Amino acid sequence: MLLIRCPYCEEERPELEFRNAGEAHIARSADMAATSDDDFEKFFFIRSNPKGIIYERWRHMHGCARFFNAVRDTVSDRFLMTYKAGEPKPAKLPGAFE
Amino acid sequence: MIATFRIPGAGRLKQAETARFSFDGQSYAGVEGETLASALLANGVHLVGRSFKYHRPRGFLSAGAEEPNALVEIKRDSARRTPNVRATVQELYDGLTAQSQNRWPSLAFDVSALGDIASPLLSAGFYYKTFMWPKFAWKNFYEPRIRAAAGLGVAPDQPDPDHYSARFAHCDVLVLGGGAAGIAAALAAAETGVRVILADEQVDFGGSLRFESGAMIDGQDGFAWAQGAVATLRAMDNVRVLSRTTAFGYYAQNFVGLVERVSDHLQNLGRELPRERLWQVRAKRVVLATGAIERHMVFADNDRPGVMLASAARTYLNHFGVAVGRNVGVYTANDSAYAAAIDLKKAGIGVAAIVDLRDNPTGSVIDEARALGIEVNFGRAVIRAGGKLRVSSMTVQPKNGGGERTIPVDAILMSAGWTPSVHLFSQSRGKVAFNDETKRFVPGTYAQDCVSVGACNGTDGLSATIDEAYAAGAKAAKDAGVKNAGANVVKGTKPKVDASESWSRGMLGAAPGAGPDTTVKAFVDFQNDVTAKDIRQAVHEGMRSIEHVKRFTTNGMATDQGKTSNMHGLAIAAETLGKPIPQVGLTTFRAPYTPVTFGSIVGHARGPLFDPTRKTAIHPWAEAQGAVFEDVGQWKRAWYFPKAGEDMHAAVDRECVTVRKTAGLFDASTLGKIEVVGPDAAKFMELLYTNPWEKLEPGRCRYGIMLREDGFIYDDGVVGRLAADRFHVTTTTGGAPRVMNHMEDYLQTEFPHLNVWLTSTTEQWAVIAVQGPKSREIIAPLVEGIDMSDGALPHMSVREGRICGVPTRLFRMSFTGERGFEVNVPADYGQAVWEALWAEGQKHGACAYGTEAMHVLRAEKGYIIVGQDTDGTVTPGDAGLDWAVGKKKTDFVGIRGMARPDLVAKGRKQLVGLKTKDPKVVLEEGAQIVGDPKQAIPMTMIGHVTSSYWSENCGRSIALALVAGGRDRMGETLYVPMPNATIEVEVTGMVFFDDKGERLNG
Amino acid sequence: MAKAAAKESAAAAPSVERRPALAGQELSVTGVTLAVLPPAQRISLRAPDASVAALSKALGVNLPRKPKTSAAKAGRTALWLGPDEWLVIDEVGKDPLADCAEVTVLHSAVGISHRNVAISVIGPAAAATINSGCPQDLSLDVLPVGAASRTILGKAEIVLLRIAADAFRVECWRSFSDYVFTFLSEAAGDAAA
Ligand SMILES: [Zn+2]
Repeated sequence: MLLIRCPYCEEERPELEFRNAGEAHIARSADMAATSDDDFEKFFFIRSNPKGIIYERWRHMHGCARFFNAVRDTVSDRFLMTYKAGEPKPAKLPGAFE
Repeated sequence: MIATFRIPGAGRLKQAETARFSFDGQSYAGVEGETLASALLANGVHLVGRSFKYHRPRGFLSAGAEEPNALVEIKRDSARRTPNVRATVQELYDGLTAQSQNRWPSLAFDVSALGDIASPLLSAGFYYKTFMWPKFAWKNFYEPRIRAAAGLGVAPDQPDPDHYSARFAHCDVLVLGGGAAGIAAALAAAETGVRVILADEQVDFGGSLRFESGAMIDGQDGFAWAQGAVATLRAMDNVRVLSRTTAFGYYAQNFVGLVERVSDHLQNLGRELPRERLWQVRAKRVVLATGAIERHMVFADNDRPGVMLASAARTYLNHFGVAVGRNVGVYTANDSAYAAAIDLKKAGIGVAAIVDLRDNPTGSVIDEARALGIEVNFGRAVIRAGGKLRVSSMTVQPKNGGGERTIPVDAILMSAGWTPSVHLFSQSRGKVAFNDETKRFVPGTYAQDCVSVGACNGTDGLSATIDEAYAAGAKAAKDAGVKNAGANVVKGTKPKVDASESWSRGMLGAAPGAGPDTTVKAFVDFQNDVTAKDIRQAVHEGMRSIEHVKRFTTNGMATDQGKTSNMHGLAIAAETLGKPIPQVGLTTFRAPYTPVTFGSIVGHARGPLFDPTRKTAIHPWAEAQGAVFEDVGQWKRAWYFPKAGEDMHAAVDRECVTVRKTAGLFDASTLGKIEVVGPDAAKFMELLYTNPWEKLEPGRCRYGIMLREDGFIYDDGVVGRLAADRFHVTTTTGGAPRVMNHMEDYLQTEFPHLNVWLTSTTEQWAVIAVQGPKSREIIAPLVEGIDMSDGALPHMSVREGRICGVPTRLFRMSFTGERGFEVNVPADYGQAVWEALWAEGQKHGACAYGTEAMHVLRAEKGYIIVGQDTDGTVTPGDAGLDWAVGKKKTDFVGIRGMARPDLVAKGRKQLVGLKTKDPKVVLEEGAQIVGDPKQAIPMTMIGHVTSSYWSENCGRSIALALVAGGRDRMGETLYVPMPNATIEVEVTGMVFFDDKGERLNG
Repeated sequence: MAKAAAKESAAAAPSVERRPALAGQELSVTGVTLAVLPPAQRISLRAPDASVAALSKALGVNLPRKPKTSAAKAGRTALWLGPDEWLVIDEVGKDPLADCAEVTVLHSAVGISHRNVAISVIGPAAAATINSGCPQDLSLDVLPVGAASRTILGKAEIVLLRIAADAFRVECWRSFSDYVFTFLSEAAGDAAA
């Protein structure tokens, strides 16, 4: 069981309190109804599924109940960092996770 | 029977009580506190099992958790039958009953041992080759026979009557292994005041100090020092000491799983004690002090009962006071076996000879052995063990060939050296490194905040071990960064080693006695019956990586995970390949270190604690009325309320008719409820539901549909607007948690600018649906502050007031097509208000109805149930609910998905009604529908039945179905092929009863 | 804005019996005592930062701003559950919903008095009992007296409030209370170990 740092609770908490919510930074169009088929496909169906660094959404479901974003390495299963929902993709990632 | 091999004055069990036990029906006497292995050896019993593949007779190899051979079944009663218990670990208690495994008809005469003779058929990779032809024979012939002959033990066939507990624990320093190294590390860490957990798999702490007679620490015998040090640790509040506790898994971020065996050693198991306790420990720092495991020598017939590890023989003698024979031979490639010979000799046991594979070793133990008059042979090998059910001799030969000499012995003590136990380190994702000089894999690159000390780190010598461990314990405490000096911390000094033993050197791989003769069985892996020849053969057949060799031969893949065999197997493969060992590789160790029971993994989650069972506030009433319940997710819901003599059909028919004739009461408390509050509440509702909400007046309700972004129906429910800024949203019973999550997701991440908040009120309100023509008469007398006239409280409206003096949110709404209400009251009042309504209802002949009648009544009206009539691929249009989609809206979740080409294409499956041509026939839900029943198989299926019931109100069966182009097929005849008959059906509208909807105000 | 839901404390007394879940259940074993606590007034309070001062004043207790903390005054406790979420519990019969109804600043107050059931877990083995199913570190350094957190116990969600070094209040939803009490009861029997 991992420990995940919740950016709202400001501490690491057991994974059992969290739930993954899919890939992060996929913007919903402000003019959804006018989205083209191709753009809708990209928005709704296509995910990056990388080997390595992934930006994903988590929810501190059984804690503060906030959604937040996390940077995780899918190879090592390590969380590199977490940040609040709505904050931009971090420009720089911490080198190692402690 | 007299325990003839117990040595007076030897061992540490002098004060112990006698324990009677039986093995394979024979009664014996042992001593409480010893292991089953020790007790059997004390009685001269070496033969305890048959091997997995060849059914060869087997005895004890070890005195600990690494034991590959001595697996027995412990039977307490018919339900408490535990197979594959290592006799070297199982503690004796009075009345213990054990049985050998893998033999028929008896241990001494096992028919399957013929497999030993037929063994050329069972060579390495035999699963992949021998049984592949003819193809059909695998399933019908080979597999059943192999399964009957192979396998380890028999699984119990009754529910486990024991209970298991679990605990999450946190500490600053977790020390795994309670030998000299672990104790020293724990002492150093504990005296700083940090939280320390020290765990060891044995009953007694001390590790190898249990058998090392030559260790002196702080002026005491090593084992005595260990007991004193552990007593000191136990007395500190900041230390938890766990014995009989195995760390079986090392997971990410210093999360370690340990199993504490709480009562397997006790004669009487009361309910009060769990059988095992699972500890899930999160540690800031971990100190691995897991020691080393002695390797056997690989030579012909090295599996004969009586051939065992030298350290095991010492443990039986020095700790348990038991001699493993009267005239033993020793075969070694390192120093530590000499100490075994010396200890046994001093205890009066004959030592026939020490055979040392090394050419000219020197050292004080060798001198001491000679001084005691023991014959010592250098540069020689034991090429064969004699005997069958018990070793009877060892045949010795110069290692480079020459004359053979057979020496009669009744036990052979062997030592090829010591393998550092890097299992947990490896599980922590640390990378091992090969030390070419000492031929050992030791911890190399660390992946987590842990440190290895002592023998598991390749550190030789007790003094160096304690220095290393004490420093590591202190550093781990410091690195944990906690300064919380415990109240009763005992400050000590580093333990001082006054005397110690040498464990140096050893050899890897096959000794000269292991072939190359292919008829020789020199075992590498005892539990999986893998010989040196098998490993060589794997290489000859093309296996190059140790991972392939391992899978081809099954070396190291048994329940002991190759604790004694991995290094030998690797060395033989490397030698055969002509490559250095590190290039052939070491397999990764995985959890569990030793087998873990399902019980300890399951822990508390059994019976009523398997999963929460949720009951409504009205449940006790329904139960008292004799309701039959059904599971809906975690909820128990009243399914129907049978009267005396009624079956389900009769009860449901009566309930359905009564609701439409007079009225019925229904417990709708499980419906999900979410309160949406804030100035932007309506805006938020507009975005989450297809319907328009801005113009819904406070006090009115609307049926809402929620889509996913892909345009498919996700949930539905009636929503009441209580105030401009407050909505009372209802969801399906099963959908409540995910709908809340879905709404929170959009609110927090897509529409965070909206000033609105969501609160789950599912459990705040008990909900009593009162439906039927008499519903208003039943409710009205109890209500205060609400005008219940049709003009003031029309269909689809909501008012707040009181009922029975209790605050209520009273909805006028209907899921039956009848005049109806849903009375929301605070949950603790739910049952009392229900009882009051029930009393009123009785005056009118109302009934209580359950979920089945609710389903039938709504189907009669063509009301859908999300999740039954929809399956995640149904759009509002498919369900005939286009009217509920706000046409002027510019955005809501699903607006774009709904417009996808496939979702607007012609010929989509649409919800329609079906009437069977024979009104008495009730279709099966899920049944497939075809257009032409005479077409060739496989037929083209054009839809399926989603809901189907007998409707007593309609006097016929009714059904809903998803049918391709369904609404264009009105009046068409379609077919439902069933195993016995093809059923003719007519496509109809979805409303079967009161299609004008007049009864809503009736 | 909360007026619509604020009527519980007003007017007529109920003419029917209140039947709280698990009313009066207790269990006492070596090291720990469990007791289902009497009903209390509760609200789920949601508000942005700007509203906190006004709401604190109206409620008579300072809504805590720091994660995993609580504040208590005169029988009323406010537990930080999230950055804009508090559980307000009143054990002296005063309705916090009515207090919030007087406040005009932006907020959401929803009555949940009947949604939750509270169980006290008291004794030297209290933390061990809860740790049978709760993965959080319950040591005093990490979860001091007054700390509060939503978390899990086995397969149920709970809100945990430490009321003393060896005393906790466990809140769960009504229909989970049987599970939670049973879980704690089974765990209590093993917690002295
Ligand atoms: Zn959080």
